Amino acid sequence: MELNQLTIHELQKKLKNSETTSVEITEAVFKRIEAVDDKIHSFVTLMKDEAFEEAREADKEIQRGNGGPLTGIPIALKDIMCTKGTRTTCGSHILENFIPPYDSTVVKRLRDAGAVFIGKTNMDEFAMGSSTETSYFGVTKNPWDLEKIPGGSSGGSAAAVAADQCIASLGSDTGGSIRQPAALCGIVGMKPTYGRVSRFGLVAFASSLDQIGPFTKDVEDCAIMLNAIAGYDPNDSTSVHADIPDYTEYVSKSIEGWTVGIPKEYFIEGIDPEVLSAVEAAIKEVEHMGAQCKEISLPHSEYCVAIYYVIAPSEASSNLARYDGVRYGFRSDAGRDLMDMYKMSRSAGFGDEVKRRIMIGTHALSSGYYDAYYKKASQVRTLLRKDFDEAFRTCDAILTPSTPTPAFNIGEKMDDPLQMYLCDVFTISCNLAGIPGISVPCGYTEAGLPIGVQFLTGHFEEGKLIQIASAYEKNATLERRRATI
Amino acid sequence: MEYEPVIGLEVHAQLLTKTKIFCGCSTQFGAAPNSHTCPICIGMPGILPVLNKKVVDYTIKMALATHCNINRENTWARKNYFYPDLPKGYQITQFAEPIAEHGYVDVEMNGGKKRIGITRIHMEEDAGKSIHDEHQPASYVDLNRAGVPLIEIVSEPDIRSAEEGVGYLRRLHEILVYLGICDGNMEEGSFRCDANISLRPKGEEKFGIRAELKNMNSFRHVQRALEYEIKRQQYILESGGEVIQETRLWDDSQGVTHPMRGKEEAHDYRYFPDPDLVSIVVSDEWIEEIKKTIPELPLEKRERFVNTYDIPPYDAVVLTTSRELADFYEETVKNCRKPKIASNWVMGDVLGHLKEDKKDIEGSPVSAVSLAKMINLIEDGTISGKIAKEVFEEMWKTGKEPKKIVEERGLIQITDTGSLENAIDNVLKTNPAQVEEYKQGKEKLFGFFVGQVMKITRGKANPKLVNELLKKKLSAS
Repeated sequence: MELNQLTIHELQKKLKNSETTSVEITEAVFKRIEAVDDKIHSFVTLMKDEAFEEAREADKEIQRGNGGPLTGIPIALKDIMCTKGTRTTCGSHILENFIPPYDSTVVKRLRDAGAVFIGKTNMDEFAMGSSTETSYFGVTKNPWDLEKIPGGSSGGSAAAVAADQCIASLGSDTGGSIRQPAALCGIVGMKPTYGRVSRFGLVAFASSLDQIGPFTKDVEDCAIMLNAIAGYDPNDSTSVHADIPDYTEYVSKSIEGWTVGIPKEYFIEGIDPEVLSAVEAAIKEVEHMGAQCKEISLPHSEYCVAIYYVIAPSEASSNLARYDGVRYGFRSDAGRDLMDMYKMSRSAGFGDEVKRRIMIGTHALSSGYYDAYYKKASQVRTLLRKDFDEAFRTCDAILTPSTPTPAFNIGEKMDDPLQMYLCDVFTISCNLAGIPGISVPCGYTEAGLPIGVQFLTGHFEEGKLIQIASAYEKNATLERRRATI
Repeated sequence: MEYEPVIGLEVHAQLLTKTKIFCGCSTQFGAAPNSHTCPICIGMPGILPVLNKKVVDYTIKMALATHCNINRENTWARKNYFYPDLPKGYQITQFAEPIAEHGYVDVEMNGGKKRIGITRIHMEEDAGKSIHDEHQPASYVDLNRAGVPLIEIVSEPDIRSAEEGVGYLRRLHEILVYLGICDGNMEEGSFRCDANISLRPKGEEKFGIRAELKNMNSFRHVQRALEYEIKRQQYILESGGEVIQETRLWDDSQGVTHPMRGKEEAHDYRYFPDPDLVSIVVSDEWIEEIKKTIPELPLEKRERFVNTYDIPPYDAVVLTTSRELADFYEETVKNCRKPKIASNWVMGDVLGHLKEDKKDIEGSPVSAVSLAKMINLIEDGTISGKIAKEVFEEMWKTGKEPKKIVEERGLIQITDTGSLENAIDNVLKTNPAQVEEYKQGKEKLFGFFVGQVMKITRGKANPKLVNELLKKKLSAS
């Protein structure tokens, strides 16, 4: 196995035993990027010089015996997280040349943990999309099949891990943007509880739903990454003061005696038969491990997509108002007056999907419509949250498919926004309720595309989430494959 | 038909916090453009606001001072609109759930009191400033003010005249400054006022169509603008027309209001709860803590001054125009126990000199204790009131203690009967004609004799003694 194919915990041992160095790992990663990124296009910006500098620094730290779990590990960042001195585009023309003068909190935390940042990954523009096709910087392809999309919006971060172009990466998840591409790329992806990870420096899409989380090659790595990024941040008023356990302690623990809820609303018509059978097999595996699976109901599930497509665009319409060409970012110089400048900068600076959502959100918040849309959606959101509270009274975790279908063809849904929006039908509820969720690989289609299973737990129960995901990963009789490009 | 004006005022007061409401930048006025800014108040991507607790402290203070109910859980909202000096494209403010509601202030009107209701007080961030260059087609944006904390105080439509409006404003202004939460500077925009005004036939319940008035930068502007607008609307109604609901700007140089141009289109601000901030939960303990820091307010102070010091209401008003002046007065009284005499000195000589020197009471070279000592010297007969004026001048110039000045200059009053008698004898001897006239009934000449005695003694003679002795001598001889 090449160094770039290993996991964090495997590399950590090698580094500790002086079997390799961070510089060697970083070299392997960049070799891989140079070999395959023309085909996959995971990255928008590479940070090669900085990466090697950080790798050399990490090696020194390790030599001094100061290395932590992430010291010297090459990590990719979704291009939505601000990086001091390195451009942060959010996949948009309007931020094409934006260089933040600050690091986001997660970046700072990973930096302090000794991680090596190798680059910024491609994404749907402003995280609006489920296929990474709306990026201003071109499409990212699925490492398992270059004709297919990698999922989105964090498609670049997912593809980079699946294609071994990095060891782990960070993404952001507003309605499934970590878990859906993780499922479609055959890797592990987690969205933590809302408030567990600081959003400071994360370019906002929908502030009440956005949450940063890791993409990793296995669940143990997910726990290591979460350990590094979780915790209260005084710069984010919505981050929560709560004790952070060592999540790696939940790895490989038994789930014997657990009750796992299977919500009937998630096994609906339209779900791909291969996905359905893989998830049904996963349910059996979980029962094998000594857990009891029982059917439950989350009665407001059918409204999830509708609630989401009111609340997320509403918040986005306001969050994206700052891109006006006045202080930074793209400005059209064709305008004759202020209104012109606004209109032309924003018309040329944003892509179609972003404009569509700004219009939906602006409409939903406008006077005369607010009560019928935004307010109503917020009320139903509260009911949905109660559905989950109710379910977790009797269940330790909930199991669902991560996505209704495996990866689809590039271009297939670009002209049909509604079909595209339904890609997130199983992942959205988790954001609306604010609970944590994880997608882990659970099989392959006949065509060789990965399928994911999603686990959900109650607020701030990432430990239990790691526990069930890890138990499943370790004990399921499952064929392990690696994407070949 | 007789019409009655219905006026409501919206006041924006800038809070005197050291740092901005959602970031650590300085709030100081007058710095170089954009020097007090950071990624947060510039609205860069990915930044988040963090609330300055002092802003809430100050707002609670104002809410308590104006008898408002404090909403124990209140929330933030976004007001969305595009303007170059609004960096995020929205203003963080409070909308559906403000921090305080249902208060009032009492305003003194023609000897009586009028109670004006306060609908709500809420917190918000200020916008920046756009500067338009008249000589070239360019505009500049200064974001130093963006994120400076404001409170908006909205009155009930309880105001019925321009005088009441200004009275209400002065009262709010006075409270804010007394509380030490706003510097009240109207020129720098720390205290701004907009008005909603309509007319209705007297006795009618229903409100008429209102106009919103802006651009009033002083109490005088508010007075004149309201007076003008009342007349304008009255004229329209009397000639059978209809008032248009619109925003009008006060033009002080022409003394008229005119419709605001260019911004006619009604804004839809699309308010919604700000998801970046959590709601503010105000506990009983928090309120109690703030309560302890609220000083006696001007109106209460005035009433107390009249009652305990037995001074005229006019004196009480003058002496309470600022907390510091009131403290100075009270400190003086405490050390001399002559409230009315102290009031005369503070209102007359102290304020007069301060005005001349363009100083505040804090800058007075004469301390309250020194002034009291000087008053004591008058009271115990050491110096006369007339000499005291001279002593005070010297105190003001040099800051010296009154006793020292009196000693150095030999200004001690002559109370020795013997030497005074000599002086009087001298005067009577050298003015025999006048003495004769006096005796024949020209009593006005008594003052002349006193003056002559004072002249000889260079003002140091105790006037009371001089009077007594003089009377005795004149009737005897």
